[in-house]
Amino acid sequence: MNSVSRRRILGASATLASLSVLGESAWAQAKDRLVIGMSLEPPVLDPTKNAAAAIREVTTPGIYESLGRIDRTGAIGPGLAESWSISEDGKEYVFKLRQGVKFHDGEPLDASVVKFSLDRLFAPDSTVPAKSLYTDIEKVEVVDPSTVKVTLKSPNSFLLYSLSLGDSGIMHPKSAPTNDKHPIGTGPFMFKERKEGDSITLVRSPTWRDPASIKLDTVIFKIVKDPSAQVSALLAGDVDAFPGFQAPELVERLRKDPRFVVVVGTTEGEVILATNNGKKPFDNPKVRQAIAHAINRDELISAESGFGTPIGSHFAPHNKVYLDLTRTYPFDIAKAKALLAEAGYPNGFDASLKLPPVGYAQRAGEVIASQLGKIGIKVAISQLQWPQWLSEVFKERNYDLTIVAHTEANDLDRYARDGYYWAYNSPEFRAKWREVVAATDFAKRDELLKEAQRIIARDAVNGYLWQLAKIGVWKKDLVGLWENSPTPQVDLTGVHWK
Amino acid sequence: MKGFLARAARHVGFQIGAVLLLLFVGTALVSVFWTPHPVDALQMRLKLQPASGAYPLGTDHLGRDVLSRIMVGAQTSITVGLIAVAIGMIGGVALGAWAAARGGWVDEALSRLSDLVFAFPAVLIAILITSVLGASAQNAILAIAIFNVPVFARVTRGAALSMWGRDFVRAATAMGQGPLGITVRHVMPNIASVLIVQATIQFAVAILAEAGLSYLGLGAQPPVPSWGRMLRDAQTYVFQAPELAIWPGLAIALAVLGLNMLGDGLRDLLDPRLRLLRVG
Repeated sequence: MNSVSRRRILGASATLASLSVLGESAWAQAKDRLVIGMSLEPPVLDPTKNAAAAIREVTTPGIYESLGRIDRTGAIGPGLAESWSISEDGKEYVFKLRQGVKFHDGEPLDASVVKFSLDRLFAPDSTVPAKSLYTDIEKVEVVDPSTVKVTLKSPNSFLLYSLSLGDSGIMHPKSAPTNDKHPIGTGPFMFKERKEGDSITLVRSPTWRDPASIKLDTVIFKIVKDPSAQVSALLAGDVDAFPGFQAPELVERLRKDPRFVVVVGTTEGEVILATNNGKKPFDNPKVRQAIAHAINRDELISAESGFGTPIGSHFAPHNKVYLDLTRTYPFDIAKAKALLAEAGYPNGFDASLKLPPVGYAQRAGEVIASQLGKIGIKVAISQLQWPQWLSEVFKERNYDLTIVAHTEANDLDRYARDGYYWAYNSPEFRAKWREVVAATDFAKRDELLKEAQRIIARDAVNGYLWQLAKIGVWKKDLVGLWENSPTPQVDLTGVHWK
Repeated sequence: MKGFLARAARHVGFQIGAVLLLLFVGTALVSVFWTPHPVDALQMRLKLQPASGAYPLGTDHLGRDVLSRIMVGAQTSITVGLIAVAIGMIGGVALGAWAAARGGWVDEALSRLSDLVFAFPAVLIAILITSVLGASAQNAILAIAIFNVPVFARVTRGAALSMWGRDFVRAATAMGQGPLGITVRHVMPNIASVLIVQATIQFAVAILAEAGLSYLGLGAQPPVPSWGRMLRDAQTYVFQAPELAIWPGLAIALAVLGLNMLGDGLRDLLDPRLRLLRVG
């Protein structure tokens, strides 16, 4: 009897030992722990300091919350503000805050903290990357400890949306200066540690208002840049989920594996053949129309292994205001050649195509070069690194053509900006856009947004190629991750293991 | 010459190297005039086809014929390799011969300078140059040429110095010939075999360097076919079409192997006592 129980104890301790030897991969099976794979690493952990989408994916709405909250359909619901009212003229927003909300370090949330956070966004010396979203704000006032009033200089129909983005996450004056390294917010998860180049670990916040909606104790964002390494990480069990899987050509391999599900959804990422409208010969609308006629979107999407939806303007097809304008300049080589001849280039011309280092641009680059070659435009491809692309193409506008995805929602405003890299200066579009922003009636705004889409499609400002698909790959017993990506964020409320 | 051919007939390594080089150059030459399919013709409906009668090596991710691209890729390798080695050789031989003829501080300065260039890993220099000047085939050539200069300078200097100590050179000096005349008339013809062998080896190094730069996206830009770039493109399709990576890999390996065997063979045949500098 004695010896039996002793053997049992030995056996039990041997099991324990083997568990600890298994280490990481054994823990990945735990029901309260989730490892999420990310393709890009957030440079800092504060969305008010840097524009990288990866920051919002990690911090919103897990760590930081905003007044409104964007849900999985892209609709805005209550966030830190329980409710709000908008004045008749569209210039006054009154937000009623939730009671009893605490920051991770124990500081309470009240109207003065919200005022502090919003003041940072539109202040004249504000350095937030999305400053242009908030320039219509005139002042923010504390009405009482749980009520904030925002007054606008002129109506802005995107204000609620802007105040729901990660960019307007509410931060406490005490922790705001150090949030880039050690983020502190009001969300369901607290920052625990960061290993540069490897991972960011979050743990459940004990003070979160709705404990039942959080099923995970630990969430690890693991950075795996190379697409083949992403597959290996999934197969080896090091990563449970890739919400934004970057290599469409490897999806077939994962579809065949019964351990995973592949969920294909939509994103806000329009892939465009961005064109320098300020440079000869691209300043000639006929040349841009010729390019539009020469683009064969089916080939481009086929190069993406079929993932993607053709677009004819700068707008996401899943949006209810979307217009299908892909037939504005249908694929027609004869027509394209005729337009080039009319523009004075019967034999075509030379053009540069500067590509950023992302898979879709590299794949599409060769296809576009071949398609434009058929109408006599000789395209010289050069592959740039991101810093080079940002300075040469985006800042200095020293380019003819480039291929890039614009992943922000509601980003038509860029066509109305001064000095933007497309150099599209259309008084007509700018007037239209002012109407869109100032619209207080949402039905009216929707109509205006359709007209705006038509204007840029007609002007063929850029070549409109396809809408990026969101390819999510995760273990089949994981439930609750978003299938679409209406905004770059990973919402973990309600995510759990079966 | 007769002795050379007789010895070559017994040297198996040299023969294998020569055959591989002929295959390599022949492929490139043929591809100038003819390829089985147009090299840049995209056919999305035919992408990632396995090998077949019409496409002996299959098609790539954009439906292009892999065999045609391998053939034209040989052209790219040879062009980049030849020009880079030629530039490196002209510069290196001139500097090395000057250092040997002049001696003194010129020799000292040039030797230390080449030490300096040697101290940096060659491929890192190439990456540095192409990322500063921008990625293109021309800049890849320049980058590869630059690290070839000190290689040739050293070999030339060493071989030339031993010539300068020979009696016939001393006699020429005594007869009043200048250093330039002696270098051209007496030194160079006697060290030519060393240089030919070294050039063969450097050609192999240059092909490997070009493939490496193209793999990193710093060499010849698409759609120009390059073996290194084909390898890079094939990487993400490794689960679906592993052979896409095998063909360019095999091409690089055979070309480099052939040139190395040829170089070693030439060394044995021309002068078994030669010591070669291996860099890369």
